Formats: sequence, structure tokens, C-alpha cells
Amino acid sequence: MEDIFVLAEHRQGELRDITFEMLTKGKAMAEETGTSLAAVLLGHGVGKMAEQLKDKANRVILVEDPRLETYNSEAYERVLAELLEGENPRLLLIGHTAFGMDLAPSLATRIRVPIATDCIDVTIRDGEVRATRQVYGGKLNVEVRLKPAPQSVITIRPASFTVEEYSLTGEIVTVASPMEEEIVSKRFVEYVEAAAGEVDITQANILVSVGRGIKDQDNIPMVKELADALGAALSCSRPVVDKKWLPKERQVGTSGKTVKPKVYIAIGISGAFQHVAGMKGSGTIIAINKDPKAPIFSVAHYGIVGDLFKIVPALKEKVKEVFA
Amino acid sequence: MDIVVCVKRVPETAEADIVIDETGKDIDTRGLVFDINEWDNYAVEEAVLLKEKYGGSVTVVSMGPQESNETLRRALAMGADEAIRLTDPAFSGSDGYAIARILGEAIRPLAYDLILTGVQAEDDGYGQVGPTLAEMLGIGHAAVVNMIERIDGGRARIHRELEGGLEEVLDLELPAVLTIQSGINEPRYVSIMGIRRVAKKEIRVLGLADLALKEDETGEQGSKSVVERVFLPPAGEGAQMLEGSVESLAESVVSILKEKGGLA
Repeated sequence: MEDIFVLAEHRQGELRDITFEMLTKGKAMAEETGTSLAAVLLGHGVGKMAEQLKDKANRVILVEDPRLETYNSEAYERVLAELLEGENPRLLLIGHTAFGMDLAPSLATRIRVPIATDCIDVTIRDGEVRATRQVYGGKLNVEVRLKPAPQSVITIRPASFTVEEYSLTGEIVTVASPMEEEIVSKRFVEYVEAAAGEVDITQANILVSVGRGIKDQDNIPMVKELADALGAALSCSRPVVDKKWLPKERQVGTSGKTVKPKVYIAIGISGAFQHVAGMKGSGTIIAINKDPKAPIFSVAHYGIVGDLFKIVPALKEKVKEVFA
Repeated sequence: MDIVVCVKRVPETAEADIVIDETGKDIDTRGLVFDINEWDNYAVEEAVLLKEKYGGSVTVVSMGPQESNETLRRALAMGADEAIRLTDPAFSGSDGYAIARILGEAIRPLAYDLILTGVQAEDDGYGQVGPTLAEMLGIGHAAVVNMIERIDGGRARIHRELEGGLEEVLDLELPAVLTIQSGINEPRYVSIMGIRRVAKKEIRVLGLADLALKEDETGEQGSKSVVERVFLPPAGEGAQMLEGSVESLAESVVSILKEKGGLA
């Protein structure tokens, strides 16, 4: 069988968006290559999710096992290695998320198949798997070709594909778990939620967001003054939190908060995809960056190429003058 | 606690102009400033912190040309004890899989309880080497680690960063590979004096022949993927670019704010 397989990603009882994004892409690929699409669902007590996936694939391959209740790479690898050997799909898609980054490379190594990670597109052409990846922080695209192999693994960057509505007459196929012994080398302990902070940036009408381009903690107050003048909340991209210049609760992005303000002003933010994923739903995006090729300009509505240390103070003065 | 840290010297491209080189498969790095891969810097710091807490040694390993010695010396100045550089013409063109194999063969004979890598590299961004390395060495792993809570009884209690501010706490048997997320600590400042102090420290250099690897197991031959070409991302819808003096830019932004409902 020359199937396209999509590994369903779920957490705390919910299928994650990336699953449906990959299924949309998988359906198109299956149509192009005249094959079929299967969703692979591993878990415990996940019958409801299998039903949700039913009309999104030709088959839902379901493996239930109490040891799969929470994600454990050891358990997942054992089950998937066995399953893939038996089913022999042409291609397995896994999300390039905290889940897929942990699982996919070691799985591919274990089953001795080629892998390309963090891909924004994938095709099968003349029997070869080709993928597009981004490098150098999104400034350049790379086309990679996987060496010929019966199977390949591709990890897909979240939000690379838009979920489409479609309906397939899928069937749920339950496969017995091949696991016999307990996994002792790795044990899930618990989930920890980030502590809620004093500011909820998801509720702000306007966000003034600052990134690595601010250079130094001492320059943060300059941006805060602009935010205050606008009655906006101050948010930031990951490097600012990593350097402990602002608390985690202010971080916009996949590992921080998803925001949808009316206006998002990105200051000195290059636009790594993890950040963009958290703010692209904003009504109007204005980006200020000194690099005209910064990826942020492809998602922004308005762009200013220039020195933020000159523009931000001038903007603050103008705002005070007009709105005071 | 013997810890091995894999580090990489990468060009800083966040604010630099990128030019595709004549092969069409990479960028022209002439004129670019290089530094330690940001995630690896956190990994080195974490290793040194663990050594300070639990004792033991830290060995840093890097695959790359002679210039990678800068990165290794930087790590030595931060507190690493030993440095190994892996270099051979046969290594060029290695993908994430082949890089992991080369690193793995260098690390295999060493004593280690823990191997740390950065979550990903700033240049190629594979995010693949750590978990692949673990599988090759037959040990466990955890990716995107943002806290090492404690280590005792041959096990580690660690936190993995998930999406949306959620973390997963795991209990993991050692030895294991952890890929370290940025922000896990505050990497110490490395002064020029500090680097000078370790200038005479030996950096072991190993090549293909030292690693019990065949030529076809490294480089492009030993890779599972091949770069066909690099190209500039197609311009999206793109932003409407505002131009003019600082004063007129400020005015434009204010009128956008009025129009788009950000402000009354």
C-alpha cells in the first residue's frame, strides 16, 4: 500500500490544529498520487477523537493502550515502529511541534527511514519525496530531496497549510497495541500551566510588541512609554523573555500567548514563525525593523524600514500631541 | 555527573543581508559575524551549572572547521573542561542525520551521564540532531527542555516546554540526551580575558579515521536528505511600506491608528 499517513496530535483530550492542517495536505497528496489517506491515532480512551477524524481520512488507525494515555516517546516509538512495518505507508506526516520535535527524529532513526524536519511544503514527484524548509530564521527557503526509501517521515511546521472542509467516508480500524511491558525509562509526571501574570495581553485592543532589536533591557522603557501613550499593552517576542527583560506572560507566540488585537505594532521583531503564529490574526499589523528582508514584513500590513531608536521616540511624541 | 555538550558555530543572520553562494545550495558567509548557536549557549551554561551543583566534568564537542575552535574556547571559558573538534573533508554536506552519526561516534567512547544539545541550530534549523543522536547511542531523550529540576538515583526530573505556556514534567532515566530550550538559564558573560585564560587549553581534533566511520557514512553520501537548491521565499502579500522622514513616518502611523480603530 502506498498510503499517506498523518500522525494525529492531541493533548489533554483535544486534537490539535496541526492534525487537521496535515490531514488537509495529506488528502491533496493522496489525490495527486492516487493513494489513500490514513490518520493514525494513539492514545487511551480516545474513541471520541477517532470519530472526529473519521470523515477526514480514508482510514483512522486507532491504537489504544493505557500506556499511551499521555505522550511518551518510548511508547509512541515502539507502537509506531511496529505499525509502520506492518502498514508500510509511503509517507508519514508528523507536526513540527514540541510533540513532533521530540518524537519524529528518533522514530525515523529507529525505523531507518529518511526524515526532513520543519517543512513548510512537501510533494512526491517521480517517486521522490521533496520538501521545502526554511533556514536562517525564515530568510531563505531550501528545497531538499529525501534519498530513495520505501518510507519517509516529514515534520510539518504548524500553520503551513490552511484547514479545508471536506468529507471522506473513513472507517475506524482498531489495531491491538504491540506493547507488552511497562515503560520505565521515561515516565510522564504531570502538566504544569504557566502562572497567570498581572497583565492579560490577549485582552488588549492595541499591543506594542518589542523584540530582539531593542538590544538592551535599558531600552525597554522607551517602548513602554509609547505603549502608555497609546493606552496599549506591552508585549514581546521570545528573545526578550529569554533574556528576562520582560516576564513570560508578555510573550506572543507558540510557546507564549496567541493574540488578536485591533492593532499590533511589532518593534524590532524579525518574525520567526513561532512569533508570527501568535500574532498573525491581529487586525492591523505595523512592523518597524531595520532589515528590509525581515520575515515580519511579509505578514505585516504596514512596514517601516528604519532605526527603531529614532522612530519610536518620534512616534511617542506624535501620539502624545494628537491624542493628549 | 559527566556531561557532553554539542555546540555549533553559526553565522549571525538576523539583521544581516543574505546572499546565495555560487553553488546555489547555501549562503555566502563572507563578511558575516559568527558566534555560538544561541540554543547551544544555554546548553553549555546548563551543563556548567549542573557541574557546579553535582560535580563531574563537561566536555564540549563541535563539528566544523578550524574557526569552530572559537566556539569551543568560548565554552571552555564558561567552565567546560575538555573540548573536541570533529573535522574531515568527508563530513561536508552532512544533513542532521549524518551530523548526529558523526557526533555519536565521537561521544560513544566518552564517559557521560547526560548529553546536551541546543533545541535547534540558528542556521539550518533541523531540530533533529539531539533525538537522533540519542537513538543512535541507544539512550533516552527529551526535546525542548526548559528546566532540569533535579538529578538523583540515576534519573532526572525535567520540564519540557509545550505550546501555549504549558509544560510537561518527566522523570527520565540517565544517560539521556536533552535538547535545551533558550531561556532555561542566564548564560554567563564571557570576557576576552576569560577566553585568553583558556587559549592554551588543548582542543582534541578528530577526523574520519579516528571515529570508526566509513566515508560513505558521512557527508552527502551518509545523509538521508540532499539540499537541491536554496531560494528567497516568495514575497507574500507584503506590507505596504511607509517611507519618509521620521516625523512623517510618525504621522503616517498615527493616521493608521486612527483609521484602523486602534485609537479614537
